[in-house]
Amino acid sequence: MAERVMMKGNEAVAEGAIRAGCRYFFGYPITPQNEVPEYMSRRLPKIGGVFIQAESEVSAINMVYGAGGAGGRAMTSSSSPGISLKQEGISYIATAEVPCVIVNMARGGPGLGGLTPSQSDYFQAVKGGGHGDYHLIVLAPWSVQEMVDLVGLAFDLADKYRNPAMILGDAILGQMMEPVTFKSEPIDPKDLPAKPWATVGLSGERKPNLINSLGLLPEHLESINLRLQEKYKKIAENEVRFEGTDVDDADLVVVAYGTTSRVAKSAIDQARKDGKKVGLFRPITLWPFPTKQIQELAAAGKRFLVVEMSAGQMVEDVRLAVNGEASVEFFGKLNGAIPTVEEVYREIMSRF
Amino acid sequence: MEQVFGRPKALSEKRLHYCPGCTHGIIHRLVAEAIDDLGIQDKTIGVAPVGCAVLAYDYFNLDFQQAAHGRAPAVATGIKRVLPDRFVFTYQGDGDLASIGMAEIVHAAARGEKITVIFINNAIYGMTGGQMAPTSLPGQKTTTSPYGRDINTVGYPIRVAEMLTTLDGPAYISRVSVHDPKHINKAKEAIRKAFEVQIQGLGFSLVEVLSTCPTNWGLSPREALKWLEENMIPYYPLGVFKSPEEVSKVGA
Repeated sequence: MAERVMMKGNEAVAEGAIRAGCRYFFGYPITPQNEVPEYMSRRLPKIGGVFIQAESEVSAINMVYGAGGAGGRAMTSSSSPGISLKQEGISYIATAEVPCVIVNMARGGPGLGGLTPSQSDYFQAVKGGGHGDYHLIVLAPWSVQEMVDLVGLAFDLADKYRNPAMILGDAILGQMMEPVTFKSEPIDPKDLPAKPWATVGLSGERKPNLINSLGLLPEHLESINLRLQEKYKKIAENEVRFEGTDVDDADLVVVAYGTTSRVAKSAIDQARKDGKKVGLFRPITLWPFPTKQIQELAAAGKRFLVVEMSAGQMVEDVRLAVNGEASVEFFGKLNGAIPTVEEVYREIMSRF
Repeated sequence: MEQVFGRPKALSEKRLHYCPGCTHGIIHRLVAEAIDDLGIQDKTIGVAPVGCAVLAYDYFNLDFQQAAHGRAPAVATGIKRVLPDRFVFTYQGDGDLASIGMAEIVHAAARGEKITVIFINNAIYGMTGGQMAPTSLPGQKTTTSPYGRDINTVGYPIRVAEMLTTLDGPAYISRVSVHDPKHINKAKEAIRKAFEVQIQGLGFSLVEVLSTCPTNWGLSPREALKWLEENMIPYYPLGVFKSPEEVSKVGA
């Protein structure tokens, strides 16, 4: 029988990563994600892995770049201000096409901000975050169980597309405890597919492997960008994930992800009891965004209410998807205030 | 007939882009010769910097990763920790290593990371066009110290080898120069020793190589060699600052 245990979100994402074959973790302390590096520092040395507390977020992400480039499943985690520091490295990693996983247990910003949960890093996560035209694969868990499930998926997608993947959680998801089931057997890194592009030392007759993001000649740089865009198109076609609840007969569709989608779910359940035709659409991949699915809902005549813990970020992607075909309204809480079920319920009811 | 001189196997056929009189070419060759001598081409991974040597990956027949400005020691750490039985080196200039990358180099050294750093000190930013470096000499004119480096406003040059020697982590640290054949031979010895230190698993090793930048110094190649000898060596004394006994005889 599958193992079922109580875990904090931060511990679950760490254990999930280990079970997905991650043996290299590089981090730096920042609240509210400290349980991730602490867990890794306990576990990894016991199973032949490596934990390094780097001198900075900047170094940590560059260690990930080196370790991922050398073929290991590597991960770093941080929270919002630390993720900002990693952006230079993430841009290099995305361009050099090195697979890795980055966890952001987001907290309120801007600036030093606060320690409470927030979804104000959405733009940073899904629009690239650093310089240049690139994308991360961004997965948004809404439970501790999904921390485990999605971190495994993140490693698989990262390897499959040679692209960095991000788990975008928040302070609540990192700190709360829930039961978790580990559904599959842990992966032995030795059983993972070979990475013939990795820099491991020249062997046999092959040409040297190079992990690089430099394109000095315009035509070379263009070819790098065209290759990346081609890949992003493929990811967008094949890897969109979402969950719809009570959407089919709904007049109003609430779009929310992560913590906010849990609150929205409870509010929707109440409104349904009151006979209101309302449903929940929860993007699981924030990039690629479920644009087509939202388009289809708009074409079917549905209205939208987007709920976020931000001043309104994902709502822009919903509006782009809807492209003026349907009404898109927004309800947001700014950094530090989690919307209550009552608030979201009132917002829903006021639209009927 | 016995061949007594040729291109090292670890060096590619690619023509170097470096300016006339620049000593990067010599130092690339010394690194490649050491790799050939030790027979480690198939287990070596290099990390290229940002700076004039950003294209180093084109000039070596080796697996390479190209790092962001200053981050090479962190990238090398990641590689070495995944592949502890391989040989990992970084090749970094003074702006890269001693300015923007100071945190990375100090902490890699402090951790005793088993990597080797070839640190090229030519007292100036080469690639960006001759700006002041953390190693520019007092009074040295650069494009961002047009009246000469004024120690009252911008402070003093950093002696990287001496500074890192204060740490317990490094196993081998030396400073060499490549301004004449005698010193080039000594530089080769030092690079080879630094490599041996890593191969034997003894810890972090770094060779600071005093190098020329005739283009940005505004000197002819010959004048640049003389300027290095007369101005840089007095400020940056040559020598071995730290060496484990195990390698003290290697290459001597």
